[in-house]
Amino acid sequence: MKHNQPVYTDNDPQSELVTLNLGPTHPATHGVFQNVLQLDGERIVSGVSTIGYIHRAFEKIAEHRPFYQITPLTDRLNYCSSPINNMGWHMTVEKLLNIQIPKRVDYLRVIIMELARISDHIICNTIIAQDTGATTTFLYLFQFREHIYEIYEEICGARLTTNIGRIGGLERDFNDIAFAKINKFLKEFPVALREFESLLNRNRIFIDRTAGVAEVTQENALSFGWTGPLLRATGVDYDVRTSEPYSSYQDFDFEIPVGTSGDIYDRYLVRNEEMWQSVRIIEQALEKLKSEPAGIFHADVPEFYLPGKEQVYNNMEALIYHFKIVMGEIDAPKAEVYHAVEGGNGELGFYLINDGGRTPYRLHFRRPSFINYSMFAKMSEGMLLSDAIINMSSMNIIAGELDA
Amino acid sequence: MAKATNTEIIDLLGEKFGEQLFDVTEPYGLLTFSTTKDKVINALTFLKENGKINFNFLTDLTAVHYPEKNQIAVVYHLHSMVSGIRVRLKVFIHENEATIPTASTLWNSANWMERETYDFFGVKFEGHPDLRRILNMDDLGVHPMLKQYPLEDPNRVDKKDEYFGR
Repeated sequence: MKHNQPVYTDNDPQSELVTLNLGPTHPATHGVFQNVLQLDGERIVSGVSTIGYIHRAFEKIAEHRPFYQITPLTDRLNYCSSPINNMGWHMTVEKLLNIQIPKRVDYLRVIIMELARISDHIICNTIIAQDTGATTTFLYLFQFREHIYEIYEEICGARLTTNIGRIGGLERDFNDIAFAKINKFLKEFPVALREFESLLNRNRIFIDRTAGVAEVTQENALSFGWTGPLLRATGVDYDVRTSEPYSSYQDFDFEIPVGTSGDIYDRYLVRNEEMWQSVRIIEQALEKLKSEPAGIFHADVPEFYLPGKEQVYNNMEALIYHFKIVMGEIDAPKAEVYHAVEGGNGELGFYLINDGGRTPYRLHFRRPSFINYSMFAKMSEGMLLSDAIINMSSMNIIAGELDA
Repeated sequence: MAKATNTEIIDLLGEKFGEQLFDVTEPYGLLTFSTTKDKVINALTFLKENGKINFNFLTDLTAVHYPEKNQIAVVYHLHSMVSGIRVRLKVFIHENEATIPTASTLWNSANWMERETYDFFGVKFEGHPDLRRILNMDDLGVHPMLKQYPLEDPNRVDKKDEYFGR
């Protein structure tokens, strides 16, 4: 089947199956991807997924850009939690360059990443609720995504595609307003989340629509390469934050929630509990920041970290480093490195091969949405159409990450 | 189960495969080795099913093009969630004869990752159930991640690749 050839019908005149083109732009799919489904009544007999509608060749572009210009590309992978992608990329390069990051920067990054995780999970869980008919909960919790975006604005000036942080640290320190907004968020969000849970967790309609729907076994989930909340909902306690701690996650006390059956209800519960754990992590990070020396927001690596403008204009060394960094003339070892972070949807990996040039020789993104989604058509077989829709919502497929 | 270490894995693999695994390195602690394309499925099966090391998760599958050597490297990243160890397995194949047996018989996740690799590098995975392009359109005609294809329109004088580093 080709792209731009959306309709294929069953040529058999005796057939009683109906062909339904779900997508490429269908309001229920929350993204640009197509599924051609054969329906027997409301039941799906078979399905074919077509993806790639917003493919932007990031891996090819990345081969022609210096490291610091690749951060904006990572924004546009999972654009619901771009800060995690940005940090993952910075940490990959820092691993390549063997940069030691100060603890304070690690903790600031953890705050940003956990806020991003909350905003990602808010989107997924409220949309599951929305697709099962609960508009109130969607509108109610979604305003906190706005509050998180306001925090990003204080930290980096942008909201959605954040380009937050730099290789070697952050581009600026958190200001007082940012901390005030984070504290306000920590006060208000748990109240709303508790109310959100009280509206859904024991809601008869919601449970009937989600519990026991789209169950997945652990073997299947592992074989299809699932990671993140989807895998944890099946009962596998794999989380990159604990299995290979990065950015000082080992300093924090938090739990990895797991489900049992891998159905939509379990995925919803796992994501909700992760939001609680994220709040816990942010609170701990704020506490830990008090004992760290104030004002440090990047590692002391002048050869890799862009100096401030006032230094560039008044200081010869800073001017040289500025020039070299902007031209991509940094001294990076010829090596290859794989680094993974726990994104909103699972293990987000960066496979970077550097040959000593200005740009990566090869950069590959391990995108959890892409790998998770490969099971969708197969698991839809035998499912009701309305169940397949909420199944897709609960997989939180983000088109940007799917297509790269 | 005690955590297996890289040295134990090397010993175990050396015992089983001997000279069939070569170029063993550990960049940034990640055990990396190469094999040939007729041995790759054996090696992957052993890594996946051996109870001691248990690399039962295919994290990533991709390829890298080396035009000076006329080679394409197919790269597998495997992960043992039990012991928390990753390994990287590389298979170098000739770019004019870019075929390799499919790993989708071992992991379902390899299905789409191999389609992606085929789409971008033209590597044909023998035995793959459904080897079609996945992200690009079917009539693209080229495999765009190969190094001979420039990023920008080659006819433009203001956007030559050399101005952008490469």
